[in-house]
Amino acid sequence: MKDMIEGYTTADGRQIGGVLMELKNITLRFGGVVAIKDISFDIREGEIRAIIGPNGAGKSSMLNVISGFYVPTEGEVWFRGERRPAMRPYQVARLGIARTFQNIALFDGMSVLDNIMTGRLTLMKSGLLSQALWMGKAAEEEDAHREKVEKIIDFLEIQNIRKTPVGRLPYGLKKRVELARALAAEPKILLLDEPMAGMNVEEKEDMCRFILDVNDEFGTTTVLIEHDMGVVMDLSDRVVVMDYGRKIGDGPPEEVRNNQDVIDAYLGVAHD
Amino acid sequence: MFYREAGDFKTSYRADSQTFPIRLDRMGFWAAMLIAYAVVPFVIDDYWANAVFVPFLIYAIAAIGLNILVGFAGQVSLGTGGFMAVGAYAVYKLMTAFPEVPFFFHVILAGGVTACVGVLFGLPSLRIKGFYLAVATLAAQFFLVWLFNKVPWFYNYSASGQITAPDRTMLGIYITGAQTSAVAKYLFCLVILTLVALVARNLTRGTVGRKWMAIRDMDIAAEIIGVNPLTAKVTAFAVSSFFIGIAGALLFSVYLGAAEVGEAFGINKSFLVLFMVIIGGLGSIFGSFAGAAFLVLLPVFLKNVLVGAFGWPTDVAAHLELMIVGALIILFLIVEPHGLAQLWRIAKEKLRLWPFPH
Repeated sequence: MKDMIEGYTTADGRQIGGVLMELKNITLRFGGVVAIKDISFDIREGEIRAIIGPNGAGKSSMLNVISGFYVPTEGEVWFRGERRPAMRPYQVARLGIARTFQNIALFDGMSVLDNIMTGRLTLMKSGLLSQALWMGKAAEEEDAHREKVEKIIDFLEIQNIRKTPVGRLPYGLKKRVELARALAAEPKILLLDEPMAGMNVEEKEDMCRFILDVNDEFGTTTVLIEHDMGVVMDLSDRVVVMDYGRKIGDGPPEEVRNNQDVIDAYLGVAHD
Repeated sequence: MFYREAGDFKTSYRADSQTFPIRLDRMGFWAAMLIAYAVVPFVIDDYWANAVFVPFLIYAIAAIGLNILVGFAGQVSLGTGGFMAVGAYAVYKLMTAFPEVPFFFHVILAGGVTACVGVLFGLPSLRIKGFYLAVATLAAQFFLVWLFNKVPWFYNYSASGQITAPDRTMLGIYITGAQTSAVAKYLFCLVILTLVALVARNLTRGTVGRKWMAIRDMDIAAEIIGVNPLTAKVTAFAVSSFFIGIAGALLFSVYLGAAEVGEAFGINKSFLVLFMVIIGGLGSIFGSFAGAAFLVLLPVFLKNVLVGAFGWPTDVAAHLELMIVGALIILFLIVEPHGLAQLWRIAKEKLRLWPFPH
């Protein structure tokens, strides 16, 4: 990894681009509790970046900072070469940052198709009046976006459930629909908060395949939080390790695996 | 066996996302339209128009309006009566101030005025949710009724404090006032209801509707995917109040002819329309029709049965009628909490398989 400015080539030969997002000295406090303490790292175009760490390490808080749900107490978020000012979450979404949630956050009353279509809301432009009359632009736009959504439905192999209300689906499929909704936004950065939590081995394998395929097919930059170490080591290009809100490791999986701080954090260390 | 979608293939996304994807539904829809426009006007008389059809049409408009707010956008409102009063007083002021403008535009403009008022009272919804929002809209209800009672400008300083609809024509036919025929009232309300239902359907199937439903189902997730909660909630309040204002304007000018605000647009009206929406089915345009039909027709039907068939005294029948309607509402909600629209959906699913069980 000689050339960090121009990007690097991964172990499996994929070319990773320049810095897409940079987090500089992020600190996040809730009153007296320090959730994240002075963390800096970058996310490069086209890579799969993992954030790992024991429970309560501040991984989800970190993801929430990236997705704009939390505004960091200190530090700066740089996105595509510009400093991102404090924004509401919906404004961050419009910049091209999409995410999934640890405990699925789908719209239960709507069908799978409608749920995925909501992912494209930021890209749809027709006004209230044009939609009220459903003539010309609104209807054409709807069809054009439907076509894109159908491609994602094919890609994630959920054709048979497209008209089913999401509330009726089993857990594994819901996770897949949520991924579809995030993908529908054609995000610059895709944030996945424990995409494999609570899944059995087969579902995990499916999900891994989808994450790799998405990265391969669309070149989507992906940031994921995951507890399954096997999965993380196999999937990710670079890993950030957090413990008690601090960064204790950052680098390719094999490097992180041999880092003494990381081993201590996961296995515990004798205090004397 | 007869009602099914097998063999009804869709070859474009447009065809797949149409309002009635199943052919038999489309035929049913056009049959209903044919009956409403080409059969009913020839058989309608004053009794049927005043007791059944006109109130049904007007309350269906109000129910569609409230359903957009409560059923689609998930914002509970108890201010429907107040917003209907805004529509009624707006149309009254417009009719008396600009007699030369066609009445149709007065009704639409009254809807616009109500939409503005609705947005104003909808702004707190950004901060308060659920029961608390219901209480806030309740305040709107009482405030608006008080306002129209206390400020004589709204009722043109009339001695009685009432508003009375002046005679207005469209294309030379009386729409309001004493000379209006049953057919004219019926057709005018029917045309407006058709337009309102089409617009409501178009809005709820597109981007705007998805934003509303996203806010309803999980507002935090909606914001994360790029929905601005302020604009989504405010448009819901605007569109909903627009329709409710139109309903209020029609109720006053076409149906009642004269109105006193506390009596015609009190809290009872808010609850009546809310019951229609809940019994009909939240988040369903068809449900709004069903709920309005249920609550308008049931009392008429009961009265006819009790007084006409059983020969009971009118006052006993009137009290019994209230009790039976109340009991039926409770029964309905126990049997099917998602309303008549859900019953209809279940019936259709069963019909699709009939006569086979699976």
